[in-house]
Amino acid sequence: MVPSFFSKFFGGAGRKGTDDEVVSGERISRRSTGFNEYIRAISREEGLKILDLGSTSPANITFMTGLGHKFHQEDVLRSATDKALVIPNGDGGTTIDVHRYFDENLNFERGEFDAVMFWDLADFLPEPLVKPLIERIHVAMKPGSTLFALFHTKDAGPDAPFYRYNIASKDTLELQPARAYRLQRIFNNRHVENLFRDYSSIKFFLGRDNIREVLVMR
Amino acid sequence: MWKSSRKEDEAPAPAVEPPMAPPPVTSAFVRAAEPMRDSLRSGEVATIGKSVVVKGELSGSEDLVVDGEVEGSIALRGQSLTIGPNGRVRANIEARNVIVHGRVDGDIHATDRVELRKSASLSGDISTARISIEDGAFFKGTIDIQKPEPGTAKMEPRPQAPAAAASVPVSTSTQGSLLEPKKF
Repeated sequence: MVPSFFSKFFGGAGRKGTDDEVVSGERISRRSTGFNEYIRAISREEGLKILDLGSTSPANITFMTGLGHKFHQEDVLRSATDKALVIPNGDGGTTIDVHRYFDENLNFERGEFDAVMFWDLADFLPEPLVKPLIERIHVAMKPGSTLFALFHTKDAGPDAPFYRYNIASKDTLELQPARAYRLQRIFNNRHVENLFRDYSSIKFFLGRDNIREVLVMR
Repeated sequence: MWKSSRKEDEAPAPAVEPPMAPPPVTSAFVRAAEPMRDSLRSGEVATIGKSVVVKGELSGSEDLVVDGEVEGSIALRGQSLTIGPNGRVRANIEARNVIVHGRVDGDIHATDRVELRKSASLSGDISTARISIEDGAFFKGTIDIQKPEPGTAKMEPRPQAPAAAASVPVSTSTQGSLLEPKKF
């Protein structure tokens, strides 16, 4: 039986998606000023530890290890759709077992990472995970380290496509149509500031494609 | 889908099995993936077939194909290890080259190269000199690329692709006064 809790996390752009399916479709190249600045910040020295919370991307691994960094991959969205995490919510429905999720995922040392690629996951994650996940990452980041995130603007609808983000170069991302997760919410700038309130600073970059780029300093 | 995979399994059999007197363990072996066939033909590869379950320490000085289950540790210093599409390994691995088609839960230390093919699923840390990951592979863990030999050029990022959307910095002005994000 497919738990109903997850049914609302799939869909988007009318595509069918199975586990980790890469939906066929043209990749989109996207210039990114925010990402360029992120790369500048992590290019000052080698041997940094980079955390990528998106889908496994050979391009990202190649790029980051090519800069001489250690690379840690953890697909938090895929982990969040593990059917074993579904528990009753007490109202006859179901929800996600947050404690079990964090027992099994994102188990890092304090201050382990020098930089994080968060992509647009906050727009797609199940609601109970969003804030605890941001708090968990805060603990795992070193003071002064940088997080790169993307947020949809208010013009995006629930059928906004879900993409894998592949690094094409220091200032270009390649968007690859992927498993059809459904957009869950839209954050405005104040929401984003609130989400990262424990971090030291936030810098916004507005794109022309209903996506805001955000650089967050720990 | 099932039929075609059976055909793949059966197709290479004549190339590696003598028709008259196959060794008794051959029936347990599987040759399910095209990339595994060349190494099998060489005749110098040990194989753990898909119905075989091994618990404990595996070590050796010849190449190994694992298409069954291994739990424990695998140490093939200077040799190659291939985890076949049916392979399920819960072990730390040491080898010269490691090619993964199946599933691995454990750390991999390869002195030369690690390849994760598109059907691969790896939960564990990788330490190696070179790595290749196919689109579709799943990986959860840390990759530590060992320093290349002196004189080896550092890998450079790919050239910049044409832009479909540009972005410019903006101030942190707010878009609204809602305390919670808009939900769908």
